[in-house]
Amino acid sequence: MAEVGQQHPIKVYFLVWLLLFVFSAASYMVDILEFQGHLRWLLIVIFMLLKAGFIVAIFMHMKWERPTLITAILVPPLVLLVLMYLLWFEADYAWASRIVYFGDEVNPIPEAPPTHAAVPH
Amino acid sequence: MAEAAQTEQGPLTTIVEDWSSDVTTFKAVPWGKAMMWIFLLSDTFIFTSFLVSYMAVRMTQTDAWPEPSVVFALDAFGYQAVPLLLIAIMTFILITSSGTMAMAVNMGYRKRKVAVFWLMLATALLGLSFVGMQAFEWTKLIAGEGVKAWQNPMGAPQFGSFFFMITGFHGLHVSAGVAYLAIIAWRVLRGKYDNTNFEIVEITGLYWHFVDLVWVFIFAFFYLW
Repeated sequence: MAEVGQQHPIKVYFLVWLLLFVFSAASYMVDILEFQGHLRWLLIVIFMLLKAGFIVAIFMHMKWERPTLITAILVPPLVLLVLMYLLWFEADYAWASRIVYFGDEVNPIPEAPPTHAAVPH
Repeated sequence: MAEAAQTEQGPLTTIVEDWSSDVTTFKAVPWGKAMMWIFLLSDTFIFTSFLVSYMAVRMTQTDAWPEPSVVFALDAFGYQAVPLLLIAIMTFILITSSGTMAMAVNMGYRKRKVAVFWLMLATALLGLSFVGMQAFEWTKLIAGEGVKAWQNPMGAPQFGSFFFMITGFHGLHVSAGVAYLAIIAWRVLRGKYDNTNFEIVEITGLYWHFVDLVWVFIFAFFYLW
């Protein structure tokens, strides 16, 4: 275990720290400035992925690990995207069935979020 | 050593050779660190399952879903109902604690024990203040707004269930992390790891950064969506 020690310039940490603050402030501004619709979701997801990427790559040192560890840890969670897709697909259908069979006059609801339209059938 | 030669080959070759080497797969990685990563991988699946089920329930919901930026607004600094104020402060506290943790890891590899101790202690205290704010938030929601795990006067009752389950599970992770950090910080100061490379600080750091990572997703999907 000779080369276990990982020393990186402190400057990198400060830079990432600062970036995390900036991205957090930016995603908070999305709410404050009341961005709506696709732009809102797009911005939220972009800032979220940027933050997550920097935390994993720099703070958790993934950038400096061997490809074996990187793939062993980062590839398996991709199956969760399949779970997400399946439940998205199913939820879209369940929601539509509820509206069709129960009607919407009992509980007045806002318009269907645009996400429903984006799902391929 | 073999490591030097392997830097020249492509990543795919390295992966295949590491897995087929018939010895330790994760070269130059302490076993504790590999196990922490595998634990975090399993934790990723738990949290993602929570978030995905939250997505499914929210999408199939015919009752109105409460506006998080209204529900979690606070009156402060002479302004009324500043949206997500407490959540923003909690987010910044967690990021700050991630920064102090990263510095602690860095100091660990320089074998500066006392600096490691104080930085880890600072991280733990920031984590503790995060849990404190969460307790305040829960109290406000339960006692003030009447949101319970089974009811929600503002609309869909599932809002309460998912809020308490997801933030509760995350809060539990933060609380466990505070205890973990405090114990390791104390042991570092006592000199328990003096003849190691201080990998333990990095392992603790991995856990703590993961807690911050989960919050990134909760913040985006629960509070901002």
